[in-house]
Amino acid sequence: MTPTTTTGTTTGTPAGTPATGPAAAATTVWTPVCATDRLGRERGVAALVGGRAVAVFRTYDDEWFALDNHCPFARASVLARGIVGTRGDVPFVASPMLKQPFGLRDGVCLDDPDVRVATYPVRVVDGVVEVGTVAGPPPETQGVAAP
Amino acid sequence: MSPTTEGRRPRIVVVGHGMVGHRFVAAAIERGLTETHDVVVYGAEPRAAYDRVALTSFFEVGAEALSFLPGAAYDDPRVALHLGTEVVGLDRATRTLALSDGGTTTYDELVLATGAAPFVPPVPGKDLDGCFVYRTIEDLEAIRDAVAPRPDGARRRGIVIGGGLLGLEAANALHQLGAETHVVEMAPRLMPVQLDEVGGATLVRHVEKLGLTVHCGVASTEVLDDGTGRVAGLGLRDAEPIAADVVVFSAGIRPRDALARAAELEVAPRGGVLVDEQLRSVTDPHVWAIGECAAPAGVMYGLVAPGYAMAEIVVDTLLGGTAGAFTGADMSTKLKLLGVDVASFGDAFATTPDALELVFADAVAGLYKKLVVGPAGPAEDGTPREDAYVLLGGVLVGDASAYGLLRPMVASGMLLPDNPEELILPESRGALQLGLPDEAVVCSCNNVSKRDLLDAVDVDGEHACADLATVKTCTSAGTTCGSCVPTVKGIIEDYFASVGKEVDRSLCEHFALTRQELFDVVAVHGYRTFTEVVEAHGTGRGCDICKPTVASVLASQFNGHVLEGETGALQDTNDAYLANIQRNGTYSVVPRIPGGEITPEKLIVIGEVARDFGLYTKITGGQRIDLFGARMEELPAIWTRLVDAGFESGHAYGKSLRTVKSCVGSTWCRYGVQDSVQLAIDLELRYRGLRSPHKLKGGVSGCARECAEARGKDFGVIATEKGWNLYVGGNGGATPRHAELLVGDVDTPTLLRYLDRFLMYYIRTADRLQRTAAWVESLDGGLERVREVVVDDALGLGSELEAAMERHVETYADEWRATLEDPEKLSRFVSFVNAPGTPDPAITFTTERGQIRPVLAGDPAPAAVDLGATIPVGAPR
Ligand SMILES: Cc1cc2nc3c(=O)[nH]c(=O)nc-3n(C[C@H](O)[C@H](O)[C@H](O)COP(=O)(O)OP(=O)(O)OC[C@H]3O[C@@H](n4cnc5c(N)ncnc54)[C@H](O)[C@@H]3O)c2cc1C
Ligand code: SF4
Ligand code: SF4
Ligand code: FES
Repeated sequence: MTPTTTTGTTTGTPAGTPATGPAAAATTVWTPVCATDRLGRERGVAALVGGRAVAVFRTYDDEWFALDNHCPFARASVLARGIVGTRGDVPFVASPMLKQPFGLRDGVCLDDPDVRVATYPVRVVDGVVEVGTVAGPPPETQGVAAP
Repeated sequence: MSPTTEGRRPRIVVVGHGMVGHRFVAAAIERGLTETHDVVVYGAEPRAAYDRVALTSFFEVGAEALSFLPGAAYDDPRVALHLGTEVVGLDRATRTLALSDGGTTTYDELVLATGAAPFVPPVPGKDLDGCFVYRTIEDLEAIRDAVAPRPDGARRRGIVIGGGLLGLEAANALHQLGAETHVVEMAPRLMPVQLDEVGGATLVRHVEKLGLTVHCGVASTEVLDDGTGRVAGLGLRDAEPIAADVVVFSAGIRPRDALARAAELEVAPRGGVLVDEQLRSVTDPHVWAIGECAAPAGVMYGLVAPGYAMAEIVVDTLLGGTAGAFTGADMSTKLKLLGVDVASFGDAFATTPDALELVFADAVAGLYKKLVVGPAGPAEDGTPREDAYVLLGGVLVGDASAYGLLRPMVASGMLLPDNPEELILPESRGALQLGLPDEAVVCSCNNVSKRDLLDAVDVDGEHACADLATVKTCTSAGTTCGSCVPTVKGIIEDYFASVGKEVDRSLCEHFALTRQELFDVVAVHGYRTFTEVVEAHGTGRGCDICKPTVASVLASQFNGHVLEGETGALQDTNDAYLANIQRNGTYSVVPRIPGGEITPEKLIVIGEVARDFGLYTKITGGQRIDLFGARMEELPAIWTRLVDAGFESGHAYGKSLRTVKSCVGSTWCRYGVQDSVQLAIDLELRYRGLRSPHKLKGGVSGCARECAEARGKDFGVIATEKGWNLYVGGNGGATPRHAELLVGDVDTPTLLRYLDRFLMYYIRTADRLQRTAAWVESLDGGLERVREVVVDDALGLGSELEAAMERHVETYADEWRATLEDPEKLSRFVSFVNAPGTPDPAITFTTERGQIRPVLAGDPAPAAVDLGATIPVGAPR
């Protein structure tokens, strides 16, 4: 685990965040969302990225992650407002509605691995947090069918 | 069984509505006897049955708390209860009773439950003004009036005749009432029936240390007259008389069998209606006697447990059962007299042949413990056993903690370990609990054996109780006198240890500490941030369990703003946005309306805010108004309007004080005796913002009609003619509980003092998400323990707890006002950090009954979709 630095240049996706496809880098569109100092440690904030609500998180050791803001259990756009912590070595956010934990690295629900929310790459460029999206259909949230 | 009743329902008449008479009626209802029989009860006392065993606590808690039947009526139309009516005559030939009001009544079955009366020795002057007995609430009221300090403030002097169990209770009462107290006992020691010489002497030292004077081996000759028919003192044989204003006779009890004697029913030589093993009179098969007026096999029992057993047997027999038989009772006693533990059990005087005594005494500490042991009989196969001993009985003074373990050992006949002295040495913890045989009755009040306890906790069994509280509810063990609770606890802990089930009380994977331990750690080290706490005492970076807990602990101790600095990241979403999240991710807003009192102007403001922001409004159960459907980013604007109009946060989102509900009270209500609204407002403003292990609710009613439902709250106050009764530990919700009386008839400053202590003690020691009811239940000693700490200040924590509350009151500030004044905190209230002007498109509403309602993402139509069955909910940790 190499913590992402916030000193300036591009540092790419944090280790463990799955890229969204083999050719992800080529088609990734980076949307700046806020300055790094806008978000305190172990906090989340919602951002609008390519028309989708994305929850951006900063961990205690300044790693940055992004998940879909939509909680598949609560079926509401709330994940950014959850508590950020760790389970073992895994950083996670607890959905603020019914407390299901989602791993920040892969979006998998720690109590129910069949459920996963989409993840997005994050990078910090010159003190600005950017979230990457791929052109094409939005990444799928799995497990709980959203009818 | 039924007499010739010619088609009508047979009629059971119960004479006496005391502890045992009540138990009889309750059992008759519960076991269905009233489905076939009518039950008519006559009680001579003006009030329904009450807990005579706890009589002395009347001075603390008042009559209402002692009552077994507060409404003075049974919830069964087949039971008629006539109080203040004495049965004065019995004609067995016609089965007719004569009543003190001049009426008569008939019976098919007659149950005598007339109890016993104090024995007053025939000394001259025994009827003077100032002579009392100690048996009923009326006796205690009269004694209280008689020992009230003189007009010049001087203490009254009181003498108790009799140094037995009841005499010492009476002496305790006189002492508590502030009288200078003497105890006169004819025998050479106190409690001669239960204690041996050294035990009695140890007790004398304890009692005298408290400032009472004990005269043993002294006979009283007459009560002295002051010349006006009032008590002046007590004359003694071969000793100087003692001056006194009050004399209380407590020289034993005699069964009340006059009615039976007059009707020529056979009585035992030492009194009591002679009955067989079914408690049926040996003279008349339609007359039964139970409780202290009965003498099964010629012996009367002056304790309540045997009386209860008798009541159950008669109900069983009248139902047609044949199994019940009363064959004697365990007369072991454990009690706390004047703050001293005293217990006596089994063959306390070593009268069994070959009995040996094992004594531990520490005169300095005032401890005396004696075990009586005897050689064990031959083994099952008949081989004699050498050097094997069993416990026969014992005496404990000063520390009776071993009683719960020792008493069951006597009955069980288990062999003693090689080092039986371990059992009574200080600090010994019953490592022997598992050694108790399964049949040993651990809780004698409720007849629960060790096997019953093990069945209850059996991890593969049907109950699988996981802790002491559940075991208590499941088996009733420990719910009466409480003396067995430590043993019960020991047995279940040993069991859990033996099956390798750890009773893990750690908060979560990050802290191997309980909430109380965390609280102490924070207090001792003065931590102000989660990072400090987790780095010093935990692992990782916390989770949704420990973070809000630490936030709450920090808030209880320092009362800083919940969104300040790092603390903001610890809060559950409700605390983080100072509002209650609802199912579509919007929030509801609840301004504080203290005591439910609100001016028309403020009501209009709430209406206008709701209208302008398009919010759904609903009246809550806590007498305030909830505004639903606010988007997170709208909260500051809504609160700006509310704060400007003088509202403040209602903390509906926090684990903290919610509301103090009140009735309209004496200002308007024609029944009211106190201003319940004023008190409710005062309490709500005092405790607002107090962060606690779980939510806290309060209530205040202006009279005993209890319109505010205060006893359904964590703390409930009910007005009395003299002040307030304070109840604690109630709640509504999934497992409703009535709050129980903590203290009665206190004035407002005293009420506040006790409430301060109660709430702070709860905040310090309760587990996370443990409401007051469960917390009280979890304490060793339950409500009694709470009373010791809060009222008697047994831990000496009183002033510290009050000071902590005072700090809270002084540092309270409205969280919403502070948030509105701080741009840093406000900056979090945005829909999207990069598009603050865009509302979250996932939130949509439709209308229903003229107001908004949320549409969930994917809801096909406004009709609600049942989510429960299909959504896997994360396993709670
Ligand atoms: C201060 C004190 C402390 C005690 N502590 C303990 C203890 O720690 N442990 C323990 O086991 N026991 C204790 N006891 C004893 C216990 O209270 C009694 O064993 C129990 O109350 C007996 O119940 P009962 O129904 O037989 O009699 P009671 O409770 O006395 O009830 C009898 C009722 O019958 C009524 N009555 C009598 N005659 C008539 C009539 N002719 N017509 C109508 N009504 C009539 C009486 O007024 C009374 O209300 C204590 C007693 C006292 C006074
Ligand atoms: S509790 Fe008493 S004072 Fe209050 S409203 Fe009811 S009757 Fe009136
Ligand atoms: S009873 Fe159930 S549905 Fe109603 S408010 Fe409480 S938790 Fe919600
Ligand atoms: S022995 Fe009295 S409650 Fe168990």
